[in-house]
Amino acid sequence: MLESLKGDTKAYARLLAELTRHLRAYYARRLGDAQDDAEDLVQDTLIAMHRRRDSYDPKQPLTAWVYAIARYRLIDHYRRRKVRSAVPLEDAAELFAADDIEPAMARRDVSKLLDKLPPARAALIRATKLEGLSNAEAGERVGLSEGAVKVNVHRGLKALGKARGAEGDGTAP
Amino acid sequence: MRTNDLIDALSERLEPVSPRAPLLRLGVWVGGGAVVSAILMLTVLGLRPDMASAMDGMMFWTKFAYTLALGGLALWAAERLGRPGVRAKLQLTVVVVVVALFAVLATGQLMMAPAPMRHHMLMGDSAPICPCLILALSVPLLVGTVMGLRGFAPTRPMLTGLAGGLAAGGLAAFVYAFSCNESAMPFVAIWYTLPVLAAGLAGAVVGRFALRW
Repeated sequence: MLESLKGDTKAYARLLAELTRHLRAYYARRLGDAQDDAEDLVQDTLIAMHRRRDSYDPKQPLTAWVYAIARYRLIDHYRRRKVRSAVPLEDAAELFAADDIEPAMARRDVSKLLDKLPPARAALIRATKLEGLSNAEAGERVGLSEGAVKVNVHRGLKALGKARGAEGDGTAP
Repeated sequence: MRTNDLIDALSERLEPVSPRAPLLRLGVWVGGGAVVSAILMLTVLGLRPDMASAMDGMMFWTKFAYTLALGGLALWAAERLGRPGVRAKLQLTVVVVVVALFAVLATGQLMMAPAPMRHHMLMGDSAPICPCLILALSVPLLVGTVMGLRGFAPTRPMLTGLAGGLAAGGLAAFVYAFSCNESAMPFVAIWYTLPVLAAGLAGAVVGRFALRW
């Protein structure tokens, strides 16, 4: 994103392509039986991001910025289609929740944090926490015992918590 | 149009932008509004006649500090709310705390004063006029904050408008303080705070429509 603000067209195209994947998943989940609108909303959001890209503060997490715009476009979409009443109440609460960061998009920020750990430990955390392998399965992959994996993951998570606390100012997801 | 084509089209036309650009625009608009408001104050109302002697008093400075704190904090909140995904809970909470603190101090001053003076401390010599004048002075500033905020991308237009309106009101009260010779805290706590809140509400209503994008 930072390169994009400076005018790097290649980095920008890559970023938009990656965000498109996240946005598709986001809207597919939110729209229920109105899937036909999903691609329109993705394009709508891409254009909105492009037009207002100078509103991104380089100090803030990119996911929060993208996600807030996506939610704004979705609300605007409901307003135009007048189908707000068709959203069940429990879903509506989720729609407007300020803290509701999509896990798929939050992963971008998680991997940024993971890069700060030793690579072997980061790989174990990815395997167990993000891919959903068991400790034994992850250990098999790198040739460690189940117990050693457990200890490594535990220490890694602790370090992550510390790293997040050090850089977090309350706005990070 | 296929999404991939859209991405190509958008990135082809990419021009470098600065994240400071909207901030600069906001500064220019609010600065312009403040200048218009100050000229109105100087030409229509005039500076308070006792300026030189009043500068020795604590209250002279307290009024400026209070109104500038309200205006500055609200403007900061509005700027944050103009960026998608950035929250301004802290800034808006501090605005409430500042108002509450000032109200407590004003109540204290009122309680300590001898009973016959209390009515004058509350109403001063200009009670019904003062809030109207502040509200009038806030109009150019409200135009300035809203136009400036349009350069951002507020995802909560009403809340952003509220913060912008509070900022316009606070700064207008600051401008008005150059002209007003009231010096009791209870007076300021009521008749300065009310028009600031009114400007905030006006900002919320205007923002709901004018800050949509």
